Amino acid sequence: MALHKLLRAAALTLVLLFFLFPIFWIVVMSFQTNEEILRLPPSLVFAPTLANYTALISGHLQTASGILDITFLHNLWNSILLSTCSVLLALVLGVPAAYAFARFRFRLGEDIAFTMLSFRFAPPLLVLLPLSLYFQDLGLNDTYIGLIWIYQLICLPLILWIVRGYFEDASPDIEYAYRIDGHSWWRAFTRIAIPLAGPGIAAAGLLSFIFAWNNFVFALILASADKQPVTVGALAFVTASGIQYGQIAAAIVLSILPTLALALYAQRWLVEGLSLGAVKG
Amino acid sequence: MTGLKVAAIHARFGRHEVLRGVDLAVAPGETLVLFGPSGAGKTVLLRAIAGLEPGALGQVVIDGQDVSARGPEARNIGMAFQNFALYPHMSARDNIASPLVARGLQADEIAARVAEIAKLLRIGHVLSHPPRALSNGQKQRTALARALVGRPRVLLLDDPLRNVDAKLRYEMRLELPRLLRESQAATLYVTQDYREAMALGDRVAVLRAGRIEQCDASETVYDRPATAAVARLFGDPPVNLLACRPVADPAGLRAEAAGFRLVLDASAEAAGQECLLGLRPETLSLAAAGPDAARLEVIATTPLHERLVVLLRAGDGTEIVASLLGAAPPPGAQVAVAADAAAALLFDAASGARIPARRVMAGKAA
Repeated sequence: MALHKLLRAAALTLVLLFFLFPIFWIVVMSFQTNEEILRLPPSLVFAPTLANYTALISGHLQTASGILDITFLHNLWNSILLSTCSVLLALVLGVPAAYAFARFRFRLGEDIAFTMLSFRFAPPLLVLLPLSLYFQDLGLNDTYIGLIWIYQLICLPLILWIVRGYFEDASPDIEYAYRIDGHSWWRAFTRIAIPLAGPGIAAAGLLSFIFAWNNFVFALILASADKQPVTVGALAFVTASGIQYGQIAAAIVLSILPTLALALYAQRWLVEGLSLGAVKG
Repeated sequence: MTGLKVAAIHARFGRHEVLRGVDLAVAPGETLVLFGPSGAGKTVLLRAIAGLEPGALGQVVIDGQDVSARGPEARNIGMAFQNFALYPHMSARDNIASPLVARGLQADEIAARVAEIAKLLRIGHVLSHPPRALSNGQKQRTALARALVGRPRVLLLDDPLRNVDAKLRYEMRLELPRLLRESQAATLYVTQDYREAMALGDRVAVLRAGRIEQCDASETVYDRPATAAVARLFGDPPVNLLACRPVADPAGLRAEAAGFRLVLDASAEAAGQECLLGLRPETLSLAAAGPDAARLEVIATTPLHERLVVLLRAGDGTEIVASLLGAAPPPGAQVAVAADAAAALLFDAASGARIPARRVMAGKAA
C-alpha cells in the first residue's frame, strides 16, 4: 500500500513538473534582468529584482538605446474590458438560444446551431480581410464595440454548444413540474433551467473568457494601439535594441492573473453536480 | 359538470398517432385508473391534460371551465411524475411549497400547509434535506406532497409507485385511497400493474393503441373484459387464450381446446366461428381424471404469494399457466386440470371482442 502511494505521488510530481515548469520558469524570469536571463548556463541563483514590474506599471521601459514608453497597463485594461463584455454579451445571447435549441424542435434549428459552430472552424485570417473592409465602411474599425462584436465569433459558439448540452441533460419534467405548480414559463426558465445548467454556464463562460483573452489576430488587425489587448501589446517588447525577456515574463505573469483568479472563483460552480438525484435515473 | 372531463384528445408524433380520440370523465373525489401497456399513450394523455403536449388536440374541461387553451400554470392541476421531477437545488420543504409560492400565499400559511401535508405523508423530519439526500420512498412522498399541497381540482399521478421498493409500494397502496378521497380532487392514476389498478381505482380505463378500450369498475374489467387484449393485460399471471371453434349446445356453447371441454353460457351466434377461449390461471384447479379435465404435463412451478404458478403443456404443445392452491406437483408429472366454466371467457378471434352471455341469462352475472 505504502509503495502504491509513493508511486502515485512520484507520478503526480512528474506530471506537475512537466506542465508547470514553463510557468515556473516564466515567474522566475520575471524577477531577473535581461542579462541574467540570457546567461549560459542558466542558474536559479540570482538577485531578484522588481525592475520589470516597475517598468510595466510606470510605463517607462529602460532599454540600451534609451527610455521607451509602453502602454502595458492600458492593454491589460483593454483585455479585461473586451473579454468581460464579450463573454457577458455571449451569455445574454447564447444561454436563451442554447435553451431553445435544447428544448424545442423548429425549422432549420439544427442548421442554425451547426452554422454557429462552424464559426469556430473558419480560419480567422480568411475572414479578416473582408471584415476589416466592412468595418471601415461601418465605422466599427478600432472601436470596442466592433471588437466585442467580432469576439462573438469566439464566445457565442462555445457557450451555445456547451450550455445546450447541459440543458439537454436536465429532465424537462422538472421544468414541467414547476409550471404545473403555477409558475410562468419565464420563471421556470430562470428559477429551474438556468440554475440546473449553472455548472455548464460557468464552464462555458470561463472557457470563452480564456479564448477571448488569448485572441491575438482579431485585435491586431481591427484595432489600433489604444484598443489593443495584452496579447497584441506584448509586441512592444520586441524593441530595436533587442527582446525584453524580463518585461515579457512580467507581462505574462500579470496577464495570467485575471484568468487565474476567475478560474479559481468559477471552480466551485464547476464541480457542483447537475441533477443530484432529483430524477430517478 | 365538476371534476375533469376530456373529449376527443388526439396526439401524434410525426406520422405516429399516439392518441386517437380519448374521452374520459372523472368526478371530484373519484380515482380513475388509467391502465395500459407501455407505449399505449398513458403518459401522453396525462401530459395533454396538464397542457404539456402542445401538439395534442381536443378539449379539457376542469370544473366546468374549458382550459384547453390555457398553459399548464393556469389549469389548477397537481401532478406527480414517474421520475419524481423534484427540484434538485431546493430543499424538500421548498419543493413542496412551490405551488403555494406560485399562488402568492403568506409565508406563515405556506409553512403551516407544508407542515400539515408533510405530517400526513410522514416526511416532516426530512423537510430541510435536498432531494439527493432523500430515499426513493421519501422522494416519492415529497413529489406526492407537492402535487397535493395546492389542493388542486385535478390530480394526475403518473405511475408514482413504479420507482419505489415493494414494501413501500404495498404501504402506499393502502394509504393512497384515503389520501385521494380526502383531497376531493378528480384523480387520474396511471399504472401498468393490475393489482395497483384493482387496489386504487374506483374505475379503470384500459388504454390500448391510443383508444380507451374499456372503462368500468375494476371488478367488471377483470370479470367481463371487453376484448381479449384487455383480458390479457388485466391479470397476473395473464389469461390463457386458446383457439377453439365452439359448437351450439342446449346450455349455450360447447368449446374444446387443449383437452378442456367446457359448456359456456355464451350467445349461440358464435357457434362455428373461430374463437379464443380465455381461462384465467386462478380458475384452473387440479381435478380427478375425467372426460372434461385436461391431461397436462407439468413443466415448471413458481410460488407467487399463497398460490403456486404452474406452467403446463398439453398434448398438442399448447402451454397453459395455472395458479393453484396447495402442494406442487413435481415437474414432469401428468396432472388432470379442470377449468371453471362459469368464469371462462370467450372472445371472437377476428375482432377480439368478448362474446356476451345468452340474453335469457341476463340479470345473472355472465
